[in-house]
Amino acid sequence: MIGFEDTKIWLVIVLLGAGTFLIRFSFLGLIGDRELPGWVLRMLRYTPVAVIPGLVAPLVLWPQATGGNADPSRLTAAGVTLLVGAVTKNVLAAIICGAATLYLMLWLVG
Amino acid sequence: MRKPLTFGQGVRDGLPFILVIIPFGALFGVVATEAGLDLAQVMVMTVLVIAGASQFAAIQQMVDSAPVIMVLATSLAVNLRMAMYSASLVPHLGKAPLWQRAVAAYFLVDQSGVMAAEKFDEAPETPIRAKLAYFFGIIVPIAPLWYGATWLGAVVGGRIPESFALDFAMPITFLAMVAPMVKSLAHLAAAMTSVVLALALAWMPFGSGLLVAAIAAMVVGALLDHLRERRVAT
Repeated sequence: MIGFEDTKIWLVIVLLGAGTFLIRFSFLGLIGDRELPGWVLRMLRYTPVAVIPGLVAPLVLWPQATGGNADPSRLTAAGVTLLVGAVTKNVLAAIICGAATLYLMLWLVG
Repeated sequence: MRKPLTFGQGVRDGLPFILVIIPFGALFGVVATEAGLDLAQVMVMTVLVIAGASQFAAIQQMVDSAPVIMVLATSLAVNLRMAMYSASLVPHLGKAPLWQRAVAAYFLVDQSGVMAAEKFDEAPETPIRAKLAYFFGIIVPIAPLWYGATWLGAVVGGRIPESFALDFAMPITFLAMVAPMVKSLAHLAAAMTSVVLALALAWMPFGSGLLVAAIAAMVVGALLDHLRERRVAT
């Protein structure tokens, strides 16, 4: 559960919306045709794979629902999701297989 | 014979994405509601931001009670890739009136950005009016269903019992999104750097370890990318 008071939640929502719009508008609206240095474009290309794995790793290894202890059901589900995603390149298939694995494991192992 | 770029063609090219948009939007509605956001907050967020990964990231950081500045830094970092899409559309839409470019920017999501840039590059001589019509066509099946699916998830979500282990919906979604993005050794190295450093620096206050890990991972990815290009060039 989020422990934030309401005003803080609204602040995050509005600033995240404004910031995301500015990122999208950056070149189309403000920077125009000017070329970016190659190394900047290169860094931009790697932002999702640089942020998301680090964000998700502690959630997989130390889930709050099990008091921060590694849990075989969740670990297996995470592994299956990654595998299916990497092999099929299909986000939806990976989510479905990951969720199915999680429920199967929870039902088997508890 | 290549199909000309029209509004209708855009709609048709956008249609397959609803298979991802609906479950993904609904999942966000469920997860955000479970985390404690009320319906108005969920809907304003989904309409203002329309960027699933960053919305999930923001919710997770708020659940972890990170300070507002860290919540924003992490979630906006996830969206930096959209600057790339924005740059890729400049040669095609750069001459449109400012307000049209602003509306297009608001609707610049993964699907419309990638699809439009690809089609525009195939047919660069297409008039700008047709390009804009095509771009907004792609969005027609995507944006309204994104809002609607989020709403549905938020309304139904609060009633799902704890035995459904919804705590793990977010990690699974993130993993499913990121796995197909790992297209090269450089991507893999960046992802591994991010994981190892994020875990090693988990002791750092307010989620700042994640930022350090992300920046280091970006540098690793960009460096390997650079080295590979040099090797190909020589």
